[in-house]
Amino acid sequence: MDIQPIFAALRKHRIPAALIVLEIALACAVLCNAVFMIGQRIGEIHSPNAIDEQGIVDIGVQGINPDTANVDIPRDLATLREIPGVTAAAAVNMLPLGNNSWNMNAGTSPDQLLSKDSPNVAEYLFTKDGPGALGLSLMKGRFFNDDEYADSKLGNNYLPSAHVALVTQSLARRLWPDAEALGKPIWIGKNNRYTVVGVVADVLRPDANGGETGHFLSAFFPVSPAAGIQDYVVRSAPQDRARILRDGVQKLEALSPSVVVEGRTFTEIRDKYYANARSMVWMLVLVCVVMLAVTAFGIVGLTSFWVGQRRRQIGIRRAVGATRAHIMQYFQTENFLLSSAGVAVGMILAFGINLYLMQHYQLDRMPWYYLPASAIALWLLGQLAVLGPALRAANVPPVVATRGV
Amino acid sequence: MFRYYLDLALRSFKRNRVLTALMVLALGLGIGASITTLTVLKLLSGDPLPQKSAQVFAPELDPLTAASTTPEEKVFQRWGNLMTYTDAMNLLHARKAKRQAVMALASSKVSPQVPGQHPFFSDGVITTSDFFSMFGASFQYGSGWGANDDENRAHVIVIAGFLNDKLFGGSNSVGKILRVNDHDYRIVGVLKPWAPQPRFYAVNLGGRGYGKGDALFMPLQAAIADKVNTQTVNCFDSDVDIDHLETAPCVWVSTWVELANASDAKAYKTFLSNYAAQQISLGRFHHPGVGLPDLMGFLAQQRVVPNDARMQTNLAFGFLLICVVNTVGLLLAKCLRRSREIGVRRALGATRGAVFTQFMVESGMVGVAGGVLGLVFAELGLWAIRKQPAEYASLAHLDVSMFIATFVIALVASLIAGLLPAWRACVVAPAPQLKSV
Repeated sequence: MDIQPIFAALRKHRIPAALIVLEIALACAVLCNAVFMIGQRIGEIHSPNAIDEQGIVDIGVQGINPDTANVDIPRDLATLREIPGVTAAAAVNMLPLGNNSWNMNAGTSPDQLLSKDSPNVAEYLFTKDGPGALGLSLMKGRFFNDDEYADSKLGNNYLPSAHVALVTQSLARRLWPDAEALGKPIWIGKNNRYTVVGVVADVLRPDANGGETGHFLSAFFPVSPAAGIQDYVVRSAPQDRARILRDGVQKLEALSPSVVVEGRTFTEIRDKYYANARSMVWMLVLVCVVMLAVTAFGIVGLTSFWVGQRRRQIGIRRAVGATRAHIMQYFQTENFLLSSAGVAVGMILAFGINLYLMQHYQLDRMPWYYLPASAIALWLLGQLAVLGPALRAANVPPVVATRGV
Repeated sequence: MFRYYLDLALRSFKRNRVLTALMVLALGLGIGASITTLTVLKLLSGDPLPQKSAQVFAPELDPLTAASTTPEEKVFQRWGNLMTYTDAMNLLHARKAKRQAVMALASSKVSPQVPGQHPFFSDGVITTSDFFSMFGASFQYGSGWGANDDENRAHVIVIAGFLNDKLFGGSNSVGKILRVNDHDYRIVGVLKPWAPQPRFYAVNLGGRGYGKGDALFMPLQAAIADKVNTQTVNCFDSDVDIDHLETAPCVWVSTWVELANASDAKAYKTFLSNYAAQQISLGRFHHPGVGLPDLMGFLAQQRVVPNDARMQTNLAFGFLLICVVNTVGLLLAKCLRRSREIGVRRALGATRGAVFTQFMVESGMVGVAGGVLGLVFAELGLWAIRKQPAEYASLAHLDVSMFIATFVIALVASLIAGLLPAWRACVVAPAPQLKSV
């Protein structure tokens, strides 16, 4: 199709044409960045977490007597294990995404601890049965044996006196990028050395303490019951969860009236942790949809106006032999050209906005494919929006040419 | 004349109902989104102590070991005015400021001495006597405790009004005994409703930023003697003994000071620098830098306003810009379609100024209508935000200033949108328009 006449016509309508280009450019820029952010948030919300998320409930006890904790906690666990359907129960110091965290700097030697590249690591402690209650999945090595649990006392420095540890795959890669982690020492503080006996699949941290790249930097240690290790992880089949949670809280409250017992399923913990990210996603989706609708209506409005203005020209073209398809094509091509200009400007704008966000909000660089993807989206939107006015233009009868002169 | 323009505008709207509705709808959506996010941003970046924020300062020290290479500004960004117990007590006892208080947060178990009532946990602050007068918390009954009570580790307690309502039905409970963390405390004061938003003193102590405020206030030294667990402990060296946190290399209490004016603040900063230098010569410190931001400076340093809120506001204004461009386009289309009408008006003697005014009035009306619609959308948006789980959510309400801002934004946006079409309208040459009739 010859696009020369389209340019000639657009030259007569510079301002409306420029407005459409500007609107598409802005929409393209915002769309790129918004969709990119949506993608990032969704990725975050669906972070993998190698524990039995569907089968775990967490029952926390607050206000227990520290002096009798070593007796009270095993009694509580025994009570919980008696509930029908419970397959495992253990006490832990914290849970993934639970927002209450113990963190330590870990190194491969005591000297490395204060250097910049010693990673901040989430320190999970659990009593006997912990791996089974959480549903950890072992990749290499072994879990802890009974003696290691029994001999490990929680010290006054928040560290267990054990000499063994499990690490996540991510932590193993971080500390020993090129070597086998099993059997290697981890140092926490100058005096605490732990030998890695097993590597488990990645487990999330309780909170964002690890920074952008540290979501999975966790280590696990055995510990015998003590104050501070007072979240009970109870595992069952998913369909039994609600009942076990209710019964468990009731039984523990009856057992020790002076403590405060609170229970929740792990899926509740996860939903709560990502609630903000989820509402941000919905807000971004809403803005994108409404923005695209507004842009489309803007195109419909301006194109309709053009069609109205050019009724006579359309009539003349029809009278001298142009088919309806020709008229349709004319408006569609015109819109395609305007969209192309808008998308070109928009991609540059989108890139600029991304750079700005990277600088001020620690956002990642947008992968390049977001640009052509949103360009195609806006091309399609433009074609969809122009369809109505173009059809109306195509329906202009040739006889209009002879009227109203 | 103005009334005539209004009448003309109404007629023009009636002629192009769909187009007008589209313009108003787009503008309303843009304004609704902007006002919703602005309200949240304003809520989050608000001044928690409007009367006193310029006089309340956060002294900051760098206690890290000699091996640390972290620049001081990063240390202050991370910990703010958190410090070791030793340093906090030194600053407190130096009494170099008009008022000074040391504090930490401790969620505490309250055991009502009523049969059948379960114990529960409440947000608690352990602090020193100047806390209430420095932060402008006033009392419904009784008063705070004195500096002697701090040093004597007296078991006295101040409770919030809402806790007094819950436990004592709102009656004067001063003198009664409250069992907290399995120790007896004597109530000396009941606060009037007091909940700074954000709860600035809690942001680096591991507390929530928004909400109804703390329920329990206890003397710091007494609570430490009772081995209360504080919410945050950050250790910067190994060989920590949690049974002796007072001497451990850990920052876990924060210090706030009140200074009457800028020259006092300058003098206090000099005092802090001297203190750091003295601690270096004693071998305790290794880094000389100190900081003394005022309250608002501290909130900015601690990045209290989440990035998401700023990003949402930017996004909303980007969206409003698109809506304005859209309105420019539609207004322009409308006004070019009326070239003939303009030609007739001009031929009958209307000046260019008159035509310009007429079209500006028309776009102003679109703006007002968009503002009204925007208000509806903003209320809808804020209602949706109040349903969100964020802790500030319940506070998101449209206030008078945002109500006015809605219409200002609406009018400004629509008048900017109207400029170009109105200018195009007033330069229409009358003669060619009349010829073709």
